[in-house]
Amino acid sequence: MTIDLKTIKHISKLSRISVDDEKVKKLAGDLNSIFDFIEKLNELNTNKVEPLTSVAETTLRLRVDEVKSKDIRDLILKNSPDENEDFFVVPKVIE
Amino acid sequence: MSNITSLTLTELVKNIKNKKISSEETTKAFIERGEKSRDLNAYITENFSNALEKAKSFDQKPNFDLKLPGVPMAVKDLFCTNGVKTTAGSKILNNFIPPYESTVTKNIWNEGAILLGKLNCDEFAMGSSNETSFFGNVQSPIDKDLVPGGSSGGSASALAANLTPITIGTDTGGSIRQPASFTGTVGLKPTYGSCSRYGIVAFASSLDQAGPMSKNVKDCALLQEIISTFDVNDSTSIDFKRNAYSKELTNNIKGKKIGIPKEYRVDGMSKEIEDLWVKGIEFVKNCGAEIVEISLPHTNYALPAYYIVAPAEASSNLARYDGVKYGFRSKGENLIDMYEKTRSEGFGEEVQRRIMIGTYVLSSGYYDAYYLKAQKVRKLIKNDFDEAYKKVDAILTPSTPSAAFKIGEKVNDPVSMYLNDIFTVPVNLAGLPAISIPAGVDAKGYPLGLQIIGKAFDEQNILNIAYAMEEKIEFKNKITDWWIK
Repeated sequence: MTIDLKTIKHISKLSRISVDDEKVKKLAGDLNSIFDFIEKLNELNTNKVEPLTSVAETTLRLRVDEVKSKDIRDLILKNSPDENEDFFVVPKVIE
Repeated sequence: MSNITSLTLTELVKNIKNKKISSEETTKAFIERGEKSRDLNAYITENFSNALEKAKSFDQKPNFDLKLPGVPMAVKDLFCTNGVKTTAGSKILNNFIPPYESTVTKNIWNEGAILLGKLNCDEFAMGSSNETSFFGNVQSPIDKDLVPGGSSGGSASALAANLTPITIGTDTGGSIRQPASFTGTVGLKPTYGSCSRYGIVAFASSLDQAGPMSKNVKDCALLQEIISTFDVNDSTSIDFKRNAYSKELTNNIKGKKIGIPKEYRVDGMSKEIEDLWVKGIEFVKNCGAEIVEISLPHTNYALPAYYIVAPAEASSNLARYDGVKYGFRSKGENLIDMYEKTRSEGFGEEVQRRIMIGTYVLSSGYYDAYYLKAQKVRKLIKNDFDEAYKKVDAILTPSTPSAAFKIGEKVNDPVSMYLNDIFTVPVNLAGLPAISIPAGVDAKGYPLGLQIIGKAFDEQNILNIAYAMEEKIEFKNKITDWWIK
């Protein structure tokens, strides 16, 4: 299994993590050794096995859709890296 | 009283209830020792002056009916604490002040405990040596330049060094049991669904569990009894009958069937670990339990399956860190550029690596080959345990394949670091409870642990087995205070 540099760049785009050429090379090395290790799973025939998504054998509970936290706007906005009155601020998205 | 910080939690509670010591006196003792122990780097955030205020007000109006009356305690910095900075060991959260409290910590404060501070951990709990923390590695009190294990490394170090009488960690693949094993302490990973995940910074949601870390099994049972509650705020919290674990604790394990899985005799396992295991088997036999050879045939596939499932869930959970609503933000030319720079500068190397693995295995064209495959293997691993538990009540294994290693020793080889969790990871995949107890030392005198794995919701049984073994083992941690000048 070889993950090439182009694939690493593609994954980093999907991951929204910027990478330079040096980092791409390092990541390729690391990811390839990890995937070599993961390849071991192919020794197993799992055609007839059901996937296990959760060990908690319960169905998700329903609840009433009601607001429980009130008047916390200021508390929430306080953690924001950039705010303007009542809003979160991000770089301009509309040209 | 001169030795306050070396008391067990149970002794401490008794002394406070008998008014032999006050909460203020106790809190002061732990603060003073904490201040002398900054070289261990166990704390990310100290809450010392607040803790002292709270201790004073507890003493003015003490309530001795509580289970942790005025007991000071530090917790892993993965639990959201209302108004106290919570970083998950990451730069991306280094200024985050939660406006709410995690259920597990809320349960602890409701029983009268007082927050001493937030303990160091691997970034987003991703690591086995506490070397991935943005706030630097943690020293083990066992020896200089030795890792305390991870990801709950700060918790293990603080506990073993007597900076806190008891603590909590989280365990996704071994993050409570491995550091407990490395530092000569007790660590319990409860059944999935036992302790609420509400307010714990998420790593891999189908695997994460909070649990106690303590100086002995009795303390562990007491804290588990406090933190394990059904919680509507966690969609996978399970409503089952929880025991009064500390009250029901017994060393009578006569007739219990203990399974020994042959697949845990892995290649390259050191003689010391092998001997420890044999010794452990003798101990449970001496307690009147019966030994049964069992097979868990898919053990070797647990770690590769884990390194698909855990990063996949992590990549999804960590998508929320985009620099918009909270945490670190980097400047960018446009929105996407801001996201990419924020995440590149805000996350450390190991976290980025795992996000990339997770993104890859979930990406179009690879989902079936990796993610679905891993979930199927996860089913096989769970089936192995289900099959074994038809014959036995619990399973005994080593906690780790070796004792603690030196800082820097494995940092450049991710796969060799991952192999540390070979005995702990299968338990998380199957959602089972397991406890690590100190059972001996290696040639260098570094602690080694044994792991007892139970059936789902059978915490009481593994606590009882651990309690009975602890009496026979008589382990004493040798802490020389080498870091105090």
